[in-house]
This record gives sequence, C-alpha cells and structure tokens, in this order.
Amino acid sequence: MDAFLTQYVDAYYLRIMVFIGINIILTLGLNLITGVTGQLSMGHAGFMSLGAYTSAILSVHYAVPFFVALLAGALVAALFGFLLGIPTLRLEGDYLAVVTIGFAEIIRVFFLNFEPGGKAVGFSGIPQSTTFTGVWIVVIIVIYLNYKLLNSRAGRSLYAIRENEIAAEACGVNTTRMKVLAFTMGAFLGGLGGGFFAHYMYFIEPGNFGFMKSIELLNMVVLGGMGSIPGVILGTVILTIAPEMLRIVQDYRMLFYGALLVILMIFRPNGLLGDVRIYDIKKRLFRKEV
Amino acid sequence: MFLEQVLNGLTLGSTYALIALGYTMVYGIVQLINFAHGEIYMFGAFIGLFLVTALGLNIFAALLGAMIFCMLLGMLVERIAYRPLRGKSSRLSALISAIGVSIFLSTLMALIRGPNTTRYPEMIAQNTFYLGSVEVSALQIIILVVSALLMIGLQLLIQKTRIGKAMRACSQDIDASSLMGINVNRVISFTFAIGSALAAAGGVMVGIYYNAVWPYMGTMAGLKAFAAAVLGGIGSVPGAMVGGLTLGILEIMGVAYLSSSYKDAIAFAILILVLIIRPQGLMGQKISKKV
Amino acid sequence: MAILELKNISQEFGGLRALDSVNLQVQEQDIFGIIGPNGAGKTTLFNIITGIYVPTEGNLVFKGQQLNKLPAYKIARLGIGRTFQNIRLFNKLSVLDNVRVGSHGVTRSTFIEGMLGLPATRREERQVFADARQLLELVGLDHKEMEYAENLSYGEQRRLEIARAMALKPALLLLDEPAAGMNAGEKEDLMKLIRLIRDENKLTIILVEHDMNLVMNICERIAVFDYGKKIAEGTPNEIKNNERVIESYLGVGV
Repeated sequence: MDAFLTQYVDAYYLRIMVFIGINIILTLGLNLITGVTGQLSMGHAGFMSLGAYTSAILSVHYAVPFFVALLAGALVAALFGFLLGIPTLRLEGDYLAVVTIGFAEIIRVFFLNFEPGGKAVGFSGIPQSTTFTGVWIVVIIVIYLNYKLLNSRAGRSLYAIRENEIAAEACGVNTTRMKVLAFTMGAFLGGLGGGFFAHYMYFIEPGNFGFMKSIELLNMVVLGGMGSIPGVILGTVILTIAPEMLRIVQDYRMLFYGALLVILMIFRPNGLLGDVRIYDIKKRLFRKEV
Repeated sequence: MFLEQVLNGLTLGSTYALIALGYTMVYGIVQLINFAHGEIYMFGAFIGLFLVTALGLNIFAALLGAMIFCMLLGMLVERIAYRPLRGKSSRLSALISAIGVSIFLSTLMALIRGPNTTRYPEMIAQNTFYLGSVEVSALQIIILVVSALLMIGLQLLIQKTRIGKAMRACSQDIDASSLMGINVNRVISFTFAIGSALAAAGGVMVGIYYNAVWPYMGTMAGLKAFAAAVLGGIGSVPGAMVGGLTLGILEIMGVAYLSSSYKDAIAFAILILVLIIRPQGLMGQKISKKV
Repeated sequence: MAILELKNISQEFGGLRALDSVNLQVQEQDIFGIIGPNGAGKTTLFNIITGIYVPTEGNLVFKGQQLNKLPAYKIARLGIGRTFQNIRLFNKLSVLDNVRVGSHGVTRSTFIEGMLGLPATRREERQVFADARQLLELVGLDHKEMEYAENLSYGEQRRLEIARAMALKPALLLLDEPAAGMNAGEKEDLMKLIRLIRDENKLTIILVEHDMNLVMNICERIAVFDYGKKIAEGTPNEIKNNERVIESYLGVGV
C-alpha cells in the first residue's frame, strides 16, 4: 500500500498525512480526558514520551516486533495514567492541570537522565516501522472504538461527569472510578501515538515531549470542539497543517500560530464544531424532513 | 553552608513569589491561568536590559521603567485577548487564548533579539560580605529588599485602598461586585497591570542575578511560579508569597543535597506531593461544595 | 412498614447546627411532605439521605440497611433517586441522554464492553433507550428528546429531572422543590404526575416544597422543620391545625 502511494503521492504530503494520523490518535486520547470527562490535562506529551521511549527501547535493544513494542509502550503509558489518576483525580480543575504539567515535566527530566534512552543526546536508530497504512488502520480502529464508547453507558457517564459531577453521582455513577478509567484510556492512546511517533522519526529526544507539545495537543482538542470526535479530528487536521502552511512566512510562523489561536478563540469560543455529535446531525436531518 | 543555601533559596524564591503574585491575583478574580504571564516577565527582563544598555539608566530606574512598560503590556494583552472572551466562553477557550499570546510574545522577542541568550552587563560590583559565617552578595540583599518592599506595597494596596477593596470584592463574587457599582473591567485591567509590574520587577532582577536573558525564559519560570501559586493556594496573595519562597528554598536544597540534573523535576515533585496531602494548597481555604 | 428511618440525625457545619437530633420514619408508598422556612434544614436532610453529606451524628436506615458513610453513588444504586432544588441537569447533553445517564445505576455494561458493543451490551442499550423514551412520554417531553437540556424551559427542566431520577427505578424518590418556578397550570399537572408515578410504580416519595396548596393536596403525611428541628408531624389536617406550626411558619389565616 505504501509503495503504491509513494508512486503517486508526494513524499512530503504523505509525511503530513502520517503526522495527522499520529496526532489524531494522541488527541482522541486527550479528548477522552479533557474534552469528554472535563478533567484538564496539560501533560499529554508525558504519556506520549513514555510510549515513545518504551517502544523504541524494546525495538532497538530487544528486537521486539513493532506492534508488540507499540502495545507495550501504550500499556506502560496507561499504567502511569492509572497510577497518576488514583491520587490526583480528587483535585479539581486547575489543580489537576498543574499536577499533569508537573508529571510531564518530571517524566521529561527523567528521560534527560535516563541512560538507556540516550539521556539529553536523544535516542537514535529506531527502525522506521511506522507506515501510512499502519497508522491509518489504527486511526480508523481508534475512531470506531471511541465512537462506540462515547455512545455507550460508560461514555455517557463521562460526559455527565463533565456536566455535573454531583448529579452524576446521584445517578449511580462511580465518578472516581470513571475518571480513572478515562485517564487510563487517554494515557494508553497517548502512549500508542508516542510509539508511532518514535518509529517514524528514527530519532527522539526528551525535547520532543516538552510542555509545548502538550499545549499543541490541547490546542487541537479545544480548537475543534471539546468532546466531539469530528471536532477533535478537524482541529487536529487544521493545527497539523497550519504550521506547514505557515512555512511561507518562515520566521514569523509561530507568531502567526499564536495570533491564530487568539483570533479563533475570540470568534469561535466553543471550538469550530462546538459540541457537534452524531445526534445533532440526526436532529438537523430530521428537521429538514419536517 | 546550609544557611547560605537558605539565602540562595530565598533569593530565587522571592523572584518566584513576584511572578506567582500575578498568577494568583488574576486567578482570584477571573479564574484564568494567565499563561502569557511568563512572557510578561521575560519582556520585563528585556526592557530592563534595553534601558540599562541603550539608555544607560541605573538599576532602579531600569526596574521602574520595565515595570511601567509591562503594566501597559499586561493591560493591552487583557484588553485584546481576554476581555472579548469573558462571559461568553468556557474557561478553557480563555486558556487557549492565553497560550496563543504566550507563543506570540516569545516569538516576537525571538524575532527582535534572536533566540539566543543575551548577557546583562554587570550592574553591581560583585561585593560579598559576611554576616556571621554566611557569605552574602550585595545583589542578593537588593533582590530581597526590593521584593519585600514590593510585597509590602502590594499588601497595603490591597488592604488599605479603594481599588484594593474593589479587587477583594471582585475576587469574592464578580457579579455581585458589578451590581454594587464596581467597574469590573477596570478592576480586572488594574489587576493585570499590578501583576505584570511585579513580574517585570522579577524579570529584571533575575536577569541581573543570573546575568542572562533569553526569549524563552518565560516558559519554565512561568510554570514554576504558577506551581508556586498553586502550592500556596491559588487565589491567595499571602499564599503566593509563601509558595514562592518555599519552592525556591526546596529547589535550591534539592540541587545542593540531591542532584542538580533533576533540578526542574524537584519543584514539581514537591508540588504534587503537597497537593495530594493538602488539595487546597498550603494557605488556600477549603471550600465545601455547595449542593 | 417504614422504608426509611432517620434516628437522631444531626449535622453540623463548622459550629452551625443545620440539623438537630432529627427522628423521622417514612412509610412505604407514602407521599411524605417536608415543609419549613428557608434554612430550616430541608435540603440538608436530602443531602444526608443521598450521601452527599455524612451526618455528624445519628443513623440512617433504608429498607433495613444502614446508609451511613456509603458514597452517594452506592446509595443511588440501592434505589434512592432525587432531584435538585437548583436544577442540576447535564446541560450539554440531549434530553434523551440525560434520562439514559439516569439509568446508570441499574445497568451494568462496562467501559470495555461499551467499546466493543457485544450483543448483551446492545440488548441493554435497547432496553435503556426504550425505558428512557417511556419516561419522557410520562413527563411529556418525548417531543424534545433531541434538544439540549439547557434549552428547555424551567418547568420542563424540573420534569426532566424527575424523569432522570425515575430512570434509576428507585424505591424512594426525593423531590426538592419540584414546583418551584412553575405556574398554576404546570403545578396542577405536576401533582397529577407525582400521584401517577407513585401509584404506577408503588414507590415512596418525599418532597420538599414551599407551595402549601400542593403539599396539603398530595401528601399523606407532613413533617415541619424549623431551625434544624422537627417541630411537628402528622396528616395535612393535623398540621393545618397545629398551634406551633401556625405560629412559626404558616402564619395566621391559612
């Protein structure tokens, strides 16, 4: 499939498509935590780096097959999500946000000093196992499972926690447990995306997973519309392409990026697609019939 | 040795506290994590540098100049990027807007001055003297005294003046304050101005102390100052001071007695531990949920 | 038989005694009214029963089981549903989804099962959907099921809260000022609805309400609270003629 594509599609565009795919895996994970459940996480890059380093080390040092390494990376990230979730999820709003920032910073500093990960120099020689086809097959599976989840009993209870925690409890929702589950699943996807990233880049360093990376991912989720799968995908596509488009302005690229965020938030404060979910579309279709 | 480390920690901590005050005051009134605050601090450091090198001002004039400039910058940022969002959007949108401003300002400075470190000229002869057995530099004394004066000034402003009373009212209940005839927008604008001025003072002093400024210095300093504000109990002015000083001392101690390569992790590890044990921060009040 | 029993319940908030040694028995299938001036401790009582507050002192027994110290979600799962005085709907969810979340405590498909959509899960989903539809019909909101909850009128929001609480298939339903903000016509409908719910589902209802007409009309028993103490209990007629109640609450001429 990839051999076929490279014949017809410019390698540069293919590369951007791969990044869009990886970012969708990452942001759908973050969306579960922040968009759906309403728990502000500003350290998603921390989970990403856990997945990236774990899978890379397994591939390089232990010659573990790619998909096994990916899965292992995602599971390690999920484990950390779980361990972080238990004590911290009783913190509210911005207190939780600062803990997630701190967690990601600690992980980053850890890898800066981590011998098997090459310390600050970075880790190179990772096999380039990530392919366009591989990423997008996983993206489609992740979107499908997310869709199923958000339209199930568990998914609805996550939205309910975001909307009103006390009312959710009164409906019999074990909010602590559901928050930890959302956190664990979000971290799993973060680790999975990180694994794909590492196996595409050939080389990773702790600086790839700094605070700005977490912020970039959060921007994608909020820009498109928190909690909405189509919204998150749209936000991710736009903000993955935007820096590429802005290459024409070269040095002024990040200047425009910053300004773009402010302007978009002023004119579309609830994200591009707000909370558009499938039933909104159904509702509109239904109205047209009448 | 130990006392010297405490002094170093106090010096570092008082700059954290100056920045943390801006976070906590803004948060107390509009519940926004002003992520551009670190960049205001960075601008303060650069304006101070400019005033010293280009205009040849002395340290105190440069400090004042940077504070005034950043006051205006802070008010401008609030007017352009936050006010249009207020009341009609979620807090997260405002947060993203703040992040946009933060990226914009640091890139702007990188374009003006280049992304690398610029050195501050030596402003104060590196006089050191001994207090008992503790070695103290003149610069440390200046930083501690200036910070202390600014914090006392802030307390007087908040407790004794009309605008201070309005600020306290707004942090209790912004809607009720508005109904009582307080011009809420003016109070918020003023809060940004004061917070930014304090951050600028921190920036100039850090620039001189570490003899270096660079366009991305605001990110890590901002994160740590925010951590300090949360550590003290966000929204609480005394909390920001205590949180800043505590964080400064613990960080220096961590570097001195544990490991310097984990410097940036120490502050956050402490923060997480404190929050797990005391979720409302050191000085924050526990607010029981209203049902 | 008493379905709910409060024995010597006291609640303190930092020195303030919101409830003072309250004893109360609610019989099965009663509509039980709680009245009293603002700040008498009525809502606090609901928050204790539903596990939001842990009482400072006393015992709480529901269907012979101790409720003390159980978390709120477990109490809900035992079959105690409630509405809130200051409406707490899931604003950005559809009316239908609000009711479907309500059934959370009586359904069981897990996080992973939801993702995989196994046959048993799908069957449960269909049941939840059908039940929710039926409840919305009952409260007269079936034509608005795809609307966001926040777009409903005040009266509709109160009815949606009732439907959501009913989705839990409760044995005991607590209604906190269900008629607040309703006009006379809506109140009439509400009274019919409350009676209908009780008769059809054989459940017990406790309601806190300021509208005396409504309370006197539909409640079989009434307890009167003042300053955290129960000052009287009895049938509507007994309460209407109780000296102490007239003096402290109803006022002369009711």
